[in-house]
Amino acid sequence: MGQEIKKSLDLHGVVCPLNFVKTKLALETLNAGDWLEVILDEGDAMLNVPRSLKEEGHRIVKVTSLGNTYSVVVEKGP
Amino acid sequence: MNLTEEQIERYSRHILLKDVGGAGQEKLLQAKVLIIGTGGLGAPAALYLAAAGVGTIGLVDGDTVDLSNLQRQVIHFTADVNRLKVESAREKMEALNPDVRVVTYPERVNKDNIAAIIRDYDFIIDGTDNFPAKFLINDACVLSGKPFSHGGILRFDGQTMTYVPGSACYRCVFNAPPPKGAVPTCSEAGILGAVAGMLGTVQAAEALRYIIGKGRLLTNRLLIFNALDMEYRQVNIRRNPECPICGEHPTITELVEAEQPICDLRSRYHA
Repeated sequence: MGQEIKKSLDLHGVVCPLNFVKTKLALETLNAGDWLEVILDEGDAMLNVPRSLKEEGHRIVKVTSLGNTYSVVVEKGP
Repeated sequence: MNLTEEQIERYSRHILLKDVGGAGQEKLLQAKVLIIGTGGLGAPAALYLAAAGVGTIGLVDGDTVDLSNLQRQVIHFTADVNRLKVESAREKMEALNPDVRVVTYPERVNKDNIAAIIRDYDFIIDGTDNFPAKFLINDACVLSGKPFSHGGILRFDGQTMTYVPGSACYRCVFNAPPPKGAVPTCSEAGILGAVAGMLGTVQAAEALRYIIGKGRLLTNRLLIFNALDMEYRQVNIRRNPECPICGEHPTITELVEAEQPICDLRSRYHA
């Protein structure tokens, strides 16, 4: 993992679809290929947000369990 | 990105769209759209543009609300009868979305005032109900280089097209207003209320997509529908080199108004 995380967003407690909306807004401020870390709750958030990110052409780089939340690192698509 | 937490939530269903996103929503908040006619077409257009967060919306209409308008002009309520339409509409739009600044022009467009009214706007929606106004709006927009959406409805039928500088204009397709009396007005022929909603909403969607800059506008195409049998079709149209306003040798070089007999003005209600 040679790349640094450009931005990190704590979305613990933020419900669907607002967590995805905020993730999208954060990605808009980055360049293609940049990495963003989002902290997501287990359950609906983890089921939906990574899937939606993949559908929009972004890449999930790494998922780390932090107890009842997860750290998801996403690479901005083209 | 300057969206507030409240705006992120209010416009979340826009931001979720790949073709809109935060950047598209920002464009909407900075955009200026003018709606001419706050009747059957203007009512749904004004509500959807206000809901969408179009930052400045101008409303032009000299009429007051009539009881017979309420069957289709959904921005006006029973208690608004006899109030100026632009005031009635402004109140609903501001209540719907405080992000929106509504500018009112309680007058009819004519050859002397239209250029100054459209000057400050990015996109114009023709929601008028009569041919002289439709040709005047076309001519003013062509001469000023302003994009606009044409819309017309009657009984169960609707038609709409969008002009941007360089595309076919309304006069390329319809050279001049039809002879007096050849086409009845809504007050004579009737109109299914929902048809106004269908067409005004298409016009709002044209304005929104023009601002966002995504997708394909209804340029060089005329969309026609009949809501009695619920059939839609598209007719490809082309810029006419002989067009009297945007052709190679234009004969209309300044704004003119087609004749409008007094009796017609008195009996007319906005579509």
